[in-house]
Amino acid sequence: MSAQAVAAPREKVAAPEHRETYLNHDYSWKSWLFTVDHKRIGILYLLTVAFFVAIGGLFAMMIRAELLTPKGDMLEAETYNKIFTMHGAVMIFFFLIPGVPGVLGNFVLPLMIGARDVAFPKINLLSWYIFVTGGLLTLFVAATGGVDTGWTFYAPYSSTYSNTRVAETAIMVFITGFSSILTGLNFLVTVHTMRAPGMTWFRLPLFVWSAYATSLINVLATPVLAITVLLLALERIFHIGIFDPRVGGDPILFEHMFWFYSHPAVYIMILPAMGVISELVAAFSRKRIFGYSFVAFSSLAIAVLGFLVWGHHMFVSGQSAYAGLVFSVLTVLIAVPTAVKIFNWTATLYQGSVEFATPFLYVLAFFGLFLIGGVTGLFLAAMGLDIHMHDNYFVVSHFHYVMVGGMVTAFFGGLHYWWPKMFGRMYNEAAGKLAALVIFVGFNLTFFPQFIVGYMGMPRRYHAYAPEFQTLNVLSSGGAVILGAGYLLAALNLIWSLKFGKVVTERNPWGATGLEWETQTPPIPHNFEVTPRVTQEAYAYHEMYSGKEAHGVH
Amino acid sequence: MSQHEHGSGQAHGGHHVHVVPLSLYFGIITVLFVLTAATVITAKMDLGAYNTVVALVIAITKATLVVLYFMHVRWSKKLVWIMVGSSLVWFSILIAFTMQDYLSRGWG
Amino acid sequence: MSTSTHAAPVAVPQQAGHGAPGHGHGHHPGLAHHFDDLEQQRDSAVYGMWAFLAQEVMFFGGLFIAYIVYRNLYPEAFAHASNLLNVPLGATNTAVLLASSLTMALAVRGGATGSKPTQLIMLLATIAFGLTFLVVKYFEYAEKFEHHLVPGPTFMSDPAHVSPFFTAHPEEIPHARIFFFLYFAMTGVHAAHMLVGAGLMAWIFLRAKKGEFVPEHHDALEMSGLYWHFVDIVWIFLFPMIYLLGYHFGDHHG
Ligand code: HEM
Ligand SMILES: [Cu+2]
Repeated sequence: MSAQAVAAPREKVAAPEHRETYLNHDYSWKSWLFTVDHKRIGILYLLTVAFFVAIGGLFAMMIRAELLTPKGDMLEAETYNKIFTMHGAVMIFFFLIPGVPGVLGNFVLPLMIGARDVAFPKINLLSWYIFVTGGLLTLFVAATGGVDTGWTFYAPYSSTYSNTRVAETAIMVFITGFSSILTGLNFLVTVHTMRAPGMTWFRLPLFVWSAYATSLINVLATPVLAITVLLLALERIFHIGIFDPRVGGDPILFEHMFWFYSHPAVYIMILPAMGVISELVAAFSRKRIFGYSFVAFSSLAIAVLGFLVWGHHMFVSGQSAYAGLVFSVLTVLIAVPTAVKIFNWTATLYQGSVEFATPFLYVLAFFGLFLIGGVTGLFLAAMGLDIHMHDNYFVVSHFHYVMVGGMVTAFFGGLHYWWPKMFGRMYNEAAGKLAALVIFVGFNLTFFPQFIVGYMGMPRRYHAYAPEFQTLNVLSSGGAVILGAGYLLAALNLIWSLKFGKVVTERNPWGATGLEWETQTPPIPHNFEVTPRVTQEAYAYHEMYSGKEAHGVH
Repeated sequence: MSQHEHGSGQAHGGHHVHVVPLSLYFGIITVLFVLTAATVITAKMDLGAYNTVVALVIAITKATLVVLYFMHVRWSKKLVWIMVGSSLVWFSILIAFTMQDYLSRGWG
Repeated sequence: MSTSTHAAPVAVPQQAGHGAPGHGHGHHPGLAHHFDDLEQQRDSAVYGMWAFLAQEVMFFGGLFIAYIVYRNLYPEAFAHASNLLNVPLGATNTAVLLASSLTMALAVRGGATGSKPTQLIMLLATIAFGLTFLVVKYFEYAEKFEHHLVPGPTFMSDPAHVSPFFTAHPEEIPHARIFFFLYFAMTGVHAAHMLVGAGLMAWIFLRAKKGEFVPEHHDALEMSGLYWHFVDIVWIFLFPMIYLLGYHFGDHHG
């Protein structure tokens, strides 16, 4: 298909009649900057998130370049510390957290439930502005001094000792938090009040369930982070000693408050990604999701349980042994709803007529990578083991497997899947597949060696390391180049398609279920010509394909 | 009633606007003032550990009255009750799981 | 790869967008385009506001957990430091805020009955009570500055305003400083909410003056009311937790 795709599109561009879409009904820049259309806001998020991920990626490349050699020869210790801090903070607060909800959630969630918009369109735009403001100011702080505490801002280093710009960064995190709170609030209410007639809870696509569960966490956890960093900023400015043990302050309180948010935050990152995977698994195996209600409720279970395990980040912090035990046990429990999802996805694929299109390759990559990430999380959840692993590269590798291997992979899968709906163009399939493959290989080459080097005892967050770790670090840096090339290829392919990709006017190019595929491609400004009335469950593939080769190969 | 199936339709749906009798509002505010006086007076007495308990019980009672009557939760849909309840549950999680650490520090 | 668009009609067309037929309020001027009817719009507003308040509970919750932890670590210092606060002013402000909650509730009731004079008078009263609270708070803060009870280099340097307990136990002074830090943080964040609330009320007042709030549609008035009551509730807890902690010790030197 790749050959024709390059040659064919031109003639198709001159499509006969003018179709009004959310993209072409007004081209002015004002119509974008003041839009309250959830679809356009989704595109705004896409642009900004792409900008931030590029910046974060640049920092990552600098880290990997420094770590090519055991000596700290390229960057000074403090510069290195600032760079990994900005890498983590930018990636987490400006890409991993807003990524799937901001881009895909905004674009497809109202479409999926048959609504004309989210419940509060203006607040939706406000979220984006807060997000952009927070992000740009954070970069400004980074450029004019930076922070060296790590994205975790641990006290008392952050509150007393660091002489970098902690207070300003804390205030930026404070501001940015309200963007996710407002997005969460908006989605919660939207799911409750904006569903089309007949769209009952158990007919909702699973993406909506996971976006709902995520929003719950956004609303209930983020404010605690806000107040935590506010206290940190106040402490920085006034030096009262609230986190300073020399004068009766308790740094462990900071850790409790920080992780009360930040562990649930890892589910803010992964739950929406899991929702994407559910959609893709059903669409590309042409089957209803096995155990729909289990998958739906497992999202809620993860959201709730996710609040009870934060102390697993604090096993060696000085919290009581009893608390460590409780957190350790509860952490293992959370693997259950996670495993429910994986089993049900796998069971869905069984005997499905699986189609290995680009988005589905990302699904397969997600399965492999997230599984490794989750299982190594269980290693870390065992208190005894974690005392050895804590703060070394094993942890680094664990969270990159879940966050990059999990969230980012699903994000790319979802982006490719909904791309034709968003822009009315199809990317080059061969290049898409190649990119997915390169990403998978590059990712493993980058991060698998880090498990080993971590297990051997290489600590995280240093610009220098013992010479015996060099081979594995060189492998990792080499992998990072491949990984970066893979992402670049995927991104270029998508960008290329905007102008040269095959024009898609079909409503449902994938032959998938879901209201977003029932409306025009790209959708009209108010989504649906007529309000849809839903009469079926979410994944009625059997009904859709009955009479044809419903179950593919037997 | 409408074509929409709102999340948690309950008895009090529709365009029903609840007008609370004035006397109820004045009754509630009287109780609130009395409880405020009570909290000051009991705080003046030395009840040992019970000072805190009494203060909290009074504060919770006052807050409950405000939530139920001034904020109309008493006449609100089920989802509002759920939201109020969840915020309290999550607040309790924050307290309980943080304090389980502090209170068990001495356990060795 | 694809199949025909409507291989399975998951959705079938129904009547077009706005409002169901025979539904009285289909084109109310206060109805936003993306809602079908006023009920859906009001439900959204109510749920949205309560979700926001849940967020607020957790926001203040972060301060409360810090308070609980340190009070549990340093009970004596907290109780004696609390005694340095001005209980009569705190109690007055509690009463002022409760009164403002009543007038707020009455303003919303004025929305439900469609009485514009009630709305205007009660909103003005609410704003007046709110400002009274802030003024009292200002005098309290000023007094703490004068008495060197603000956490900082000169904290508790004025013997006239330090209770015997701290003179006898100077090692507890850093803990008192944490208490006062929390006092300022908690009441400060609360006062910031009051300021926002007062601004909100001024805006609602102007809208009420234009006659925007009618029985079937006064969501903005009602939601602002919820916010106002919430801020009152926070104070209902702050007052005993902060001011009355060591009241029975009887050594008031604030
Ligand atoms: C089965 C599920 C999971 C388990 C049992 C688990 C367990 C753990 C544990 C015990 C740690 C602490 C290690 C240490 O610092 O010594 C940890 C760290 C971490 N995990 Fe997970 N995890 C799981 C899933 C996830 C997911 C889904 C994400 C994100 C999408 C994630 C992100 C992180 C991050 C970012 C850290 C390190 C934070 C830091 O110190 O900078 N984890 N995990
Ligand atoms: Cu965690």
